Amino acid sequence: MMSRPRSYLGRVVVPALSILLALLVAYVLIIVSGLIGTEKKFDLLLPLVAYRSLLVGAFGNFKGISNMIVAATPLMLTGLAVGVGLKAGLFNIGATGQVLMGGFAAALVGVAVADTSPTFAIPAALLGGMLAGGLAGFIPGFLKAYTGAHEVVTTIMLNALIQLAVSGLVNDVFRAPGFSFARTSSMGNATLEGLGATTLHLGVLFAVVCIPLSYWLLWRTTVGFEIRAVGANPTAALYAGMKPRRMMILTMSLCGAFAGLAGAIEIQRLGYYPAVFGTSIGFDGITVALLGQSNPIGIMFSALLLGAMRAGAPLMQIQARVPVEIIDVIQGVILIFLAAEIVVRRIFRLRTPADTGGLQTITRTYGEKVVG
Amino acid sequence: MSVEQSPPRLQMRGITKRYPGVIANNHIDLDIKPGEIHALLGENGAGKTTLMNILFGLARPDEGEILLDGEPVQITDPADAISRGIGMVHQHFMLIPVLTVAENILLGAETMANPIFLDRREARRRIIELGKRFGFEVDPDVKVETLSVGWQQRVEILKALYRNARILVLDEPTAVLTPQETVEIFSVLRRLAAEGHSIIFISHKLYEVLEIADRITVIRRGEVVGTREPSKTNEEDLAALMVGREVQLAVDRGISHPAEPVLTVENLRVKSDRGQEEVRGVSFSVRAGEILGIAGVAGNGQDELVEAITGLRRTSGGTVQLAGQDITNWDVRNRREHGLGYVPGDRQKYGLVLGFPISDNLVLTRYYHRPFARGVQREDAAIEKWAQEKIKEFDIRTPSWTVPAGTLSGGNQQKVIVARELSRDLKLLVLDQPTRGLDVGSIEFIHKQAIHKRDAGTGILLVSAELDEILELSDRIAVMYRGEIVALVDGRPAANKEEIGLLMATGGRTPVSATADPSLEEKHHDVTP
Amino acid sequence: MDLLFDIPVLGFILQFLVYLVNVIVNGHIAPIILGLATPIALGALCGVMNERSGIVNIGIEGMMLFSAYIAFMTALLVHQSFPAERSVLFGMTPALIMGVIAAMAAGVLISLLHAWLSISVRADQIISGTIINITALGLTSYLNRLIKPFDSAGTFKSFQPPAALVNLPGVGWLIEMFTAVGPIVMSTIIFVIIVQVLLFRSRWGLRTRAIGEHPKAADTVGINVIQLRYRNVLLGGIFAGLAGAYLTLEATGSFQNNMTAGRGFIALAAMIFGRWTPLGAFGGALLFMGSQAIGVAIRLAPPAGDLGTFLGGIQQAYPSMYNNFFTGLPYLLTIIVLAGVVGRSVPPAADGRPYEKESST
Repeated sequence: MMSRPRSYLGRVVVPALSILLALLVAYVLIIVSGLIGTEKKFDLLLPLVAYRSLLVGAFGNFKGISNMIVAATPLMLTGLAVGVGLKAGLFNIGATGQVLMGGFAAALVGVAVADTSPTFAIPAALLGGMLAGGLAGFIPGFLKAYTGAHEVVTTIMLNALIQLAVSGLVNDVFRAPGFSFARTSSMGNATLEGLGATTLHLGVLFAVVCIPLSYWLLWRTTVGFEIRAVGANPTAALYAGMKPRRMMILTMSLCGAFAGLAGAIEIQRLGYYPAVFGTSIGFDGITVALLGQSNPIGIMFSALLLGAMRAGAPLMQIQARVPVEIIDVIQGVILIFLAAEIVVRRIFRLRTPADTGGLQTITRTYGEKVVG
Repeated sequence: MSVEQSPPRLQMRGITKRYPGVIANNHIDLDIKPGEIHALLGENGAGKTTLMNILFGLARPDEGEILLDGEPVQITDPADAISRGIGMVHQHFMLIPVLTVAENILLGAETMANPIFLDRREARRRIIELGKRFGFEVDPDVKVETLSVGWQQRVEILKALYRNARILVLDEPTAVLTPQETVEIFSVLRRLAAEGHSIIFISHKLYEVLEIADRITVIRRGEVVGTREPSKTNEEDLAALMVGREVQLAVDRGISHPAEPVLTVENLRVKSDRGQEEVRGVSFSVRAGEILGIAGVAGNGQDELVEAITGLRRTSGGTVQLAGQDITNWDVRNRREHGLGYVPGDRQKYGLVLGFPISDNLVLTRYYHRPFARGVQREDAAIEKWAQEKIKEFDIRTPSWTVPAGTLSGGNQQKVIVARELSRDLKLLVLDQPTRGLDVGSIEFIHKQAIHKRDAGTGILLVSAELDEILELSDRIAVMYRGEIVALVDGRPAANKEEIGLLMATGGRTPVSATADPSLEEKHHDVTP
Repeated sequence: MDLLFDIPVLGFILQFLVYLVNVIVNGHIAPIILGLATPIALGALCGVMNERSGIVNIGIEGMMLFSAYIAFMTALLVHQSFPAERSVLFGMTPALIMGVIAAMAAGVLISLLHAWLSISVRADQIISGTIINITALGLTSYLNRLIKPFDSAGTFKSFQPPAALVNLPGVGWLIEMFTAVGPIVMSTIIFVIIVQVLLFRSRWGLRTRAIGEHPKAADTVGINVIQLRYRNVLLGGIFAGLAGAYLTLEATGSFQNNMTAGRGFIALAAMIFGRWTPLGAFGGALLFMGSQAIGVAIRLAPPAGDLGTFLGGIQQAYPSMYNNFFTGLPYLLTIIVLAGVVGRSVPPAADGRPYEKESST
């Protein structure tokens, strides 16, 4: 189809090489951490031990694989929350806050419908999460469209505000009695239980459906065409009779809804909302989207990759004594190599590449009012 | 005269510059004497700008050498060129709007009070003194953005003089000026030459180089095809040299058959982004089957007028009617649906999504219509078929319809827009700077398309900063000055160019300043060789 | 006065305003506001250095965080290896000084990454900044887990101005604000003034503004755009580094994961609020963080009267939300100010656009 660059291979090569290079950098880091960590010894094989346990943790058995898929599920959604925004020239780094909003709303709905049948309670809570997440996306979208306040700053501020507001509410208003820590009541039938002996749950389906849906939306519909046109050139979109402001708000709300769904799934897996709910899935979404080149298919694969890392990391920490935070470092290094695409291409003598689409718009709209 | 006896101040010998696929300069020889105004004449893309970039250190020649006062020199970068006394006034001014005149002039050649701080008082003094010497005093403390284009150009010249330039290159200096401002700048140039400065005057306008130059060197396709003196040549001779074939200087536009009005603008008022009223109570109408040209110096409200008519900008008063319907508050899409087509002035900003393939750009304004879409779902096969047809019909040179529009040449990009906008029934077509920066072939093609459309019964509103283009195509001409239409004249009998020029410059038929008095110009001309 | 206070709503607001003035003038919170504003002001200075040169830098948050960690660890290592007496002046030790220097170096180092990505590689500058934030967060959390420090090199001490000066009527609180502070706070004020003056009066400033507005014009008069951009981005790193050092070596004496908590972004908003001028940004920083200091003041010296009863009531009923409200005020103000000010406050024209020399054909 039309605006996609010609070769699929060309799209995959740079991300793959970035991952490879990042693993090499991590190799050195792990050796260093062996030196200064608790063991304090120089071990060239330590990284291999770490990588092996990472792999075993994620793919070693059925439990590992199911853990990986469960870890990847919200990442697909937050990846879409960032990636679809990028297509519209919006950089949604507020997935973290939208996740919290979604999770909190899902918990409220879930508690309210805890006693109804699961076929009603589960979708109702998920929907509540999506709507709340959508609202959390709507706010920065609206601010960007009508005041020019750039989403990169407003979403970060909202992340902090939402976290403060939600934890305050759980502590002061929705705190369930009888627990040693602040949390809401249980969600009963709205809880996403593991299927059989695994951690796999119904939420996986909802997330996986969003991938082809976004793909269809972006590439096969007129709405998607408008989203991409607004992202690539907002003034031309205005000239063509599209409504850039409306598209920005719509896209941000949609992104928020994806993230809200991710939050709902995570909270419904837990069965309640804890006042201290720390999760990295919001920020991981940025990595997933950039690594997946904002393409839904790419996002699915990078979510699986990152999910595998997250699922395998605990075993790695036990077996190789490498802190799980190494995953965050690897992510960062992957991103650096991705950004320095030209350099990666130079290292591996590849030809230079396609255009950047909505990316330019993100920086161009910085500090400026939006047209139209 | 002393001018004739001096050694050439600048010699360029055998300059050759190759770019992938083209030879921009092919063994070009050029010599400039002290006190000479030397015109470099050639079409867009003939290689004039490349040659001057080489002189200014912005590009390195592959072959050839440059001599200043007989000494061979290597010019490595602009700083080097400046230090050797070469000054350049670029076609797109290299001024920073938010900085003051003094800051712009100082930049890169700062007058310092000490190693850290600027000596602003001394700089002011020198700027005022230079201005006095050459007859144009400008307040060093105003911001450049508040100056008219003509004055900005003078600031550019001051910039070069402040750096003690002896060779001054002006790249298409009159492109943005009114005929009146052109007269003024010519008098400045003559004064500079009389003081011994050498001036290289780049242009593609024949009558101008005949008027100002002491000698004219014509460049075609990267080669010097002749050097002439104005007294021994004429427009036809120069045109033949420049284009390489006998050219028809005007397109045959045939006879128009205007019918009922399709666009009626009444007492329209429009504000700029900064809230200033840029269109102040404009009224006119465009009839079906005619071309109405809006002449005017850039920045006199044309942009805001066009944006208000096409729906990109809100009006603050008055009405716009399209074929009898009041569309003043309609959105862009509604206007398009009711028969408005629009070729925007800035094709890369408005007309195209450069990263999208040609096919998507060809349906950019129609993508939601059958057959390109069914419901919300795109019909890629139909879009592809349409693209292939249009590429053929409008002679868009491209390997494929999947190629991003950004990879096309300017002329082909404009053809994509023209193909999209003209390929449907229109009541009104707005053409804003339709041929800016294009090659002769594309200009001719687009002009013909416009006349076809007119003959098919579309009313056309043509806005162009090129007065020649307005004169060539328009059936009627409205002159816009400071947000008002100051005159509406018939474009049919070879309209009086000087008269329109005066209207563009002053808004009235009498000149406002003494320096614009042509009689003074004549006297001045007599004393210069 | 009391009569005015009895008017519904308006009286309430009056009471609050009177309380505010009172608490700022007599409550000794002026130095607290300045302290809270310092990392914001330093971050904004970093932003000014970058954006005036045409480089958008949203990685200030990450630069601060990384520098904060480096400052803390360097100071700790030096402290453990070479224990030393505290100096009378600001309680300085070689450890603390080395920590500050290391933090500035760390800031410059990350700036180099940003400069390279945005100027040479011409990657998207906002993506580049985000990557810096993600990487800094990951790396510091990783290292903080790997090496768990239980010790600390301590912090700089605030200067003790003579009590007579502080108690001067009318201006005493101002004197206290600018003197009863630590060395990094004091130097911040000096940096703000220096950069402000240089930006608008010096050759460097003129050229910097030029490359941020119209790099090509600067290029044609012989200014090396790339080099000057690099230099300014690296210099900006010093300020971000100093901001990090403030957090660990002057404000808290410890390092926590993600301790910058969005300050880098508030700094950007302060910069926009201040129209890309150091002084204006400093004002923005005071405004944003002043709101948080009020929360501190209310906790230390609760207002009396109806207002006090009202606030006390809320605090009783919703203790957690009450606290979070004051913590969140700067974030909320940032959004509000940003929404109100953008469009009226115009960024440098070439902000965010990589510069590439054209080769014309």
